[in-house]
Amino acid sequence: MSRPRLIKENSAPLSLAREQLIRIHDLMVKARVLEERLIQMYKQGHGYFWIGGPGEEAFNVPLGMLMKVGEGPAYDYLHAHYRQSATLLAMGEEPIGALRQMKNTATDPYSGGRNFAGHFSRRSKNIAPVTSPIEVQYAIAPGTAMAQKRHGGDAITIVTGGDAGTAEGDFASCLIWSSRPANPLPILIIVTNNKWGISTTSDGQHGETNISDRARAFNIQAKTINGNDPVESYQELQAAMEYVRKERKPFFIEARVSRLYGHSSASGANFVNEEQDCLRLFEARLEQEGVLDRKQMDDVRNRYTEELAAAARTVRDEPQPSGDSIWEHIYAEKK
Amino acid sequence: MANMAQAIRMALHYAEENLGVTDIFGEDVGAPLGGVFTCTQGLKTAWNSPLDERGIIGTAMGLAMAGNRPVAEIQFCDYIYNTIDLLKLAGNTHWATNGDWAMPMVVRTPVGSGIRGSLYHSHSFDATMTHIPGWKIVMPSTPLDAYGLLISACQDPNPVMFLEPKALLRVKGEERIPGEPEDDRALSKMIDAPLGDRSQWKPQWPTLEAFAVPIGKGKVVREGTQATVISYGRTMPLCIKAAAQLAEEGLSVEVIDLRSLWPYDWELIKASVQKTGRVLYVNEDTEVTNFGEHLVRRTVEELFYSLLAPPRLVAGKFIPGIGLADALEMASVPQQNDITTALRNLCREQP
Repeated sequence: MSRPRLIKENSAPLSLAREQLIRIHDLMVKARVLEERLIQMYKQGHGYFWIGGPGEEAFNVPLGMLMKVGEGPAYDYLHAHYRQSATLLAMGEEPIGALRQMKNTATDPYSGGRNFAGHFSRRSKNIAPVTSPIEVQYAIAPGTAMAQKRHGGDAITIVTGGDAGTAEGDFASCLIWSSRPANPLPILIIVTNNKWGISTTSDGQHGETNISDRARAFNIQAKTINGNDPVESYQELQAAMEYVRKERKPFFIEARVSRLYGHSSASGANFVNEEQDCLRLFEARLEQEGVLDRKQMDDVRNRYTEELAAAARTVRDEPQPSGDSIWEHIYAEKK
Repeated sequence: MANMAQAIRMALHYAEENLGVTDIFGEDVGAPLGGVFTCTQGLKTAWNSPLDERGIIGTAMGLAMAGNRPVAEIQFCDYIYNTIDLLKLAGNTHWATNGDWAMPMVVRTPVGSGIRGSLYHSHSFDATMTHIPGWKIVMPSTPLDAYGLLISACQDPNPVMFLEPKALLRVKGEERIPGEPEDDRALSKMIDAPLGDRSQWKPQWPTLEAFAVPIGKGKVVREGTQATVISYGRTMPLCIKAAAQLAEEGLSVEVIDLRSLWPYDWELIKASVQKTGRVLYVNEDTEVTNFGEHLVRRTVEELFYSLLAPPRLVAGKFIPGIGLADALEMASVPQQNDITTALRNLCREQP
């Protein structure tokens, strides 16, 4: 079976400020180490299921960095999918939260031990709950965008999902609801395309040349980018977000990314050598252009590895939720 | 007196003006039609959505998450089935996020038979909906209850499913809605859109008053001593008539309108069954895995020693649809005679 190739190689010079490049690298490493720790925890029996986004850091980190983080319609809403730990970290989440969710402890900040790894949720940062059914977030996102448009200001809604999920009707719903002439919405529609749906290749399922071509049918401006290049991702996301913030209209980005550890623990969660590793590629460029040397980058990785190992030890001793707590939070109370 | 469609419209107007309702939307909900059952005529926040039920429920969820107060409509409950995973999500979001996110939204949808709607405009949704935790579910049988329950729904911080018995939408109430003018024709002139060109029409809303029917509270419609009949929606008026007819035969039947399916008023049911010793549950959803079966089970488990006869259920036939021909519809869902006969037999059953 032939492996998908990226549309463009990483060859352009690193056209971001040094501090930004270092920040992006730091977050990419942090996210990678977090995911590798989660996989390790799963394999050690400290969790029931793993799904995450190693391979998508080059796109997800810039996305989180560019978001206007806060609560309510004056800030950006993120309707994410379960491969976006890197976005969450770039938005300021602490990695121990993901470990707690993997270990389903009572301290899990996203669900109190109720939901899977990678199923983040944080109202104080407008991070809508990640769901296991794929693509439902595309049907929900127009609602927050509508509220934001009515609210005024420049905040936007960001919705992300995978390429396989675009076969779901909710993806079409999002294109239709976002581009209604009666009320176009400030929404950045993102598809991270890793060319796989669990074990099914996109080649056998998708007749369209680019997924972004579907947006053009709705007169939504669209672009397909190399999501394995953090600089291209940063600049394209920045331009797209500026457009959505100002024009209050939708924009569509298809980001070609890799899937470095397969679909999830269900497919083994083992490293896939044939995929391009966005972190390795970025580090080669950083080294080549003299932004960071190998030792500095190794130091970053070692520091996060130690931090996450310590965090895992902390989490291991934290309590599980009590059985009685199943009755909590079925209904919200009137304030 | 207002009919149920007018009552719903007035409740939505009240909610727009006083309860922060931001969007009343769905297929054909806005001008010029104002809803296929006219429930949303003249409302200032009513708008037409794409013909996309999943988009309607999803957008309502997003609006609710952003602090707005949407009221979404699915034109017929037969078409809400393709949104069930979204309904499940709306119901579990508060729980799944350990209390972090709430989902204050209302979904209205017409249910049941009674308009010769054939296979796809006659379905019930109470059995399916009561299987989706995290929602509150109400179903009025009178215009006043429709008004009061919808106002409660628009005040609730949780998702509320408002089931409208379509057979009763045109039936006038016996109680006046607070603020409703005394003359029915005057009310119609004020709030019913004219036929033909409506482009210049604006409703004249009466000065409506705050009135809420609490979610979770049933109502004793008629007191009785020998048996209890418990229903909601379209079959409710049939139960009332049955009780009146049996009274002429010397049988005393207590009638309870459940009004809220979840949470439901178990205390009211319990007190009545302990008094009468006999109970009949009536609804028109298909009888297998019917919500009434849950009520029968609970009655047996908790009230067994109060019972003088087995609890009974009269419900719709377990068949794939309701046929268009009059005889087919009549044979598929409970009719007056089915209820009267079942109650008569129940009252006469001896241990």
